[in-house]
Amino acid sequence: MADLTTNFIGIKSPNPFWLASAPPTDKEYNVRRAFEAGWGGVVWKTLGSEGPPVVNVNGPRYGVVYGADRRVLGINNIELITDRPLEVNLREIKSVKRDYPDRALIISLMVPCDEDSWKDILARIEDTGADGVELNFGCPHGMAERGMGSAVGQVPEYIEMVTRWVKQYSRMPCIVKLTPNITDIRRPAEAAKRGGADAVSLINTINSITSVDLDCFAPEPTIDGKGTHGGYCGPAVKPIALNMVAEIARSRELAGLPISGIGGVTTWRDAAEFMALGAGNVQVCTAAMTYGFKVVQEMISGLSQYMDDKGMTSTAELVGRAVPNVTDWQYLNLNYVTKAVIDQEACIKCGRCYAACEDTSHQAIAMSEDRTFSVKEEECVACNLCIDVCPVENCITMRELAQGEVDQRTGKKVGTYANWTTHPNNPGAQAAE
Amino acid sequence: MTRSQLTPGVVAGRLGAEDYARNFADIAPKLEPHEARVAADRCYFCHDAPCMTACPTSIDIPLFIRQIATGTPEAAARTIFSQNILGGMCARVCPTETLCEEVCVRETAEGKPVEIGRLQRFATDTLMARGDHPFARAAATGKRVAVVGAGPAGLAAAHRLAMKGHAVTIYDARGKAGGLNEYGIASYKAAGGFAAAEVEWLLKIGGIEVRHGQALGRDITLDALVAGHDAVFLGMGLAGVNALRAAGEDCEGVANAVDFIADLRQAADLSKLPVGRDVVVIGGGMTAVDAAVQSKLLGAENVTIVYRRGKSRMSASEHEQDHATQTGVRIIHNAAPVAVHGNGAVREVEFAYTEDTPEGLRLSAETFRLKADQVFKAIGQTLKGAPEGLKTEGGKIAVTGPGRTSVPGVWAGGDCAAGGEDLTVTAVAEGRDAAEDIHASLTA
Repeated sequence: MADLTTNFIGIKSPNPFWLASAPPTDKEYNVRRAFEAGWGGVVWKTLGSEGPPVVNVNGPRYGVVYGADRRVLGINNIELITDRPLEVNLREIKSVKRDYPDRALIISLMVPCDEDSWKDILARIEDTGADGVELNFGCPHGMAERGMGSAVGQVPEYIEMVTRWVKQYSRMPCIVKLTPNITDIRRPAEAAKRGGADAVSLINTINSITSVDLDCFAPEPTIDGKGTHGGYCGPAVKPIALNMVAEIARSRELAGLPISGIGGVTTWRDAAEFMALGAGNVQVCTAAMTYGFKVVQEMISGLSQYMDDKGMTSTAELVGRAVPNVTDWQYLNLNYVTKAVIDQEACIKCGRCYAACEDTSHQAIAMSEDRTFSVKEEECVACNLCIDVCPVENCITMRELAQGEVDQRTGKKVGTYANWTTHPNNPGAQAAE
Repeated sequence: MTRSQLTPGVVAGRLGAEDYARNFADIAPKLEPHEARVAADRCYFCHDAPCMTACPTSIDIPLFIRQIATGTPEAAARTIFSQNILGGMCARVCPTETLCEEVCVRETAEGKPVEIGRLQRFATDTLMARGDHPFARAAATGKRVAVVGAGPAGLAAAHRLAMKGHAVTIYDARGKAGGLNEYGIASYKAAGGFAAAEVEWLLKIGGIEVRHGQALGRDITLDALVAGHDAVFLGMGLAGVNALRAAGEDCEGVANAVDFIADLRQAADLSKLPVGRDVVVIGGGMTAVDAAVQSKLLGAENVTIVYRRGKSRMSASEHEQDHATQTGVRIIHNAAPVAVHGNGAVREVEFAYTEDTPEGLRLSAETFRLKADQVFKAIGQTLKGAPEGLKTEGGKIAVTGPGRTSVPGVWAGGDCAAGGEDLTVTAVAEGRDAAEDIHASLTA
């Protein structure tokens, strides 16, 4: 069986599945259950400064977006950082780490944006035995109103400054957790790197309102008739997170900066996708909140099987494998021509491909009186929409035209690789040399 | 001469060739990958899941279904096989409607359970089709264990013991391994020679030798096995068949249902297997249903199951009863045979209506007769030739804990051992648990 052990910025764990800093990691009781269930690491729920802890609302903290059959697609939360006394958390962290020396235990931190606050908290966590710190520059709700969380993460200069303090006052490996509530994820990542961060983790949650109560006209979750935006997470945010991870992984300026991938990891496949795009490990929250800690067993068995099938013996062989294939639009091969093909044996004659193509695309599917659907190659631009909406797996596929074959739509022979940078319609095109 | 359902007597070839093929085809074929994903998607991944508790082998059902849902049916199969090495056969023959699927929260809520049995088959068939064996054998321990019976209990015990590194010899009375999986289950539940293929796959663990034609008490003795091995596991099942104790029972055409089922399973050509025009099956269990349904499928015109108690007392599940009636079998409840009539060959069976009273079953004076040219007895099996010196309980080998018999060094499990339901899955659990106990005692 494949070896799932990972070494992330010097922090070893038996598998790449860590629980993200979030409600599931707020207490010793939960974290022990997580380790017993098989999680490779835990990022302890964010600690704040010493003194009276923050308070949470006493109404609902979560909102949800459902798929059919009440499948949880996304959760939004307005819970703040830990609302338990600092010393209690520190004592529990020490106790858990002592009993699980082979698991990764990271402490998430969020204190006011001044040097003394950071110096102080770093000193307080020094002897917990924790393996590293994660700087919470990501939470978009509540704490951001007090100048912390995403309020810091949205200003690259602050990120750099605080990261520098952390590296100055602590020898612990430092992960900077990024907020996605910005325009270009590379800027905060670059700031973290300049500040000396050992790694970045992303994404934190996305500003969101999951739904509106149409009887009392308030966003949900509703607290006494009012609501506030929360942080969105779960399967629904995965595509956004994958792109942000890839943007960092393929950036020349950020080359070699380790990434901990977060955002909707629910199955082994999600994790493998994050890792292929450059994440050295993944962090999970919503899947655990939806299905319980046992869900990690499927992630472990699935990733092992995948790696075995691919002949990979360590996770390092997977990490970053897809990064070279993430490129800009301008470099995509414009002479890669495909046409949709409908398997008439597999077709159940629902007509969804026809509706999609006829109404919203290129009128490239013909429908006969006996409901036979066929592709008009002279109209097909290979957009893929018919495949996307077809309810039958592999019923519609794309056939790649060979070089030299005539594209019935353009009447031209398929040529060799050529992209936008040399296309005659591009005003800025450079003549091929 | 063309024969049909109406041809009198016990004759072969009542149907056309394609009818046999259709009637005895796989009753619930393997799900397609897409169907499996849709079915798996209905599982809620319950905590401390009721289905898992209901499974005699405690398979982690939510986990294996999630592994199917995430596109790794091979990992799902490993989850199944680690608890139940005969998970492939159990997926086909388990009365899931009275086990895992009965307690599925979606059965409780909607009357429509997650299709656990079919999903289990999808996973196990997928892995088995790869041909390789999912477990590796531990280093040889030098210990030798004798297993009597190559049925579900014996095979499960042998596999677990071999996996732990012990050298196992299975002694089986029949010519083929598999026990009831090979000889005693309706053909359409294990179509395509699955029982034999499963045994072959199971033995790939290595370290297991199977000796055929070795019946305990006839060819081998318990004393000799004990003397020649470090431990003995008895899993020889129930070879005896209960008698009707009705006059005329020895008429020609009266046979044991288990023998009919075994003949059918071993028949190379079903069109050569004779069956009556009017078949009467006496009993209320799975064997009765399997004999009756298969008689009908072989072309019998009228097939009737007669059971001495009421519908709810039948040990065949409601699902099985429905299957029988859908196939065209008639079920008569509350009637017991009093006489078999016939001059040489059976012509009729006479029954008395019964009344289930607190004092026991009472025969009423009112009787009726059913036309019959073939009668199958399916009123239970008994332990035949239990070795002397073993304590018995209710006609079976008495055991404590994980199959320990009254004789040190001898374990027992499956149908021949007291306790537990006589199901394939129960036999597997007992064989596996006895093997773990044997291993513990051998390595203590």
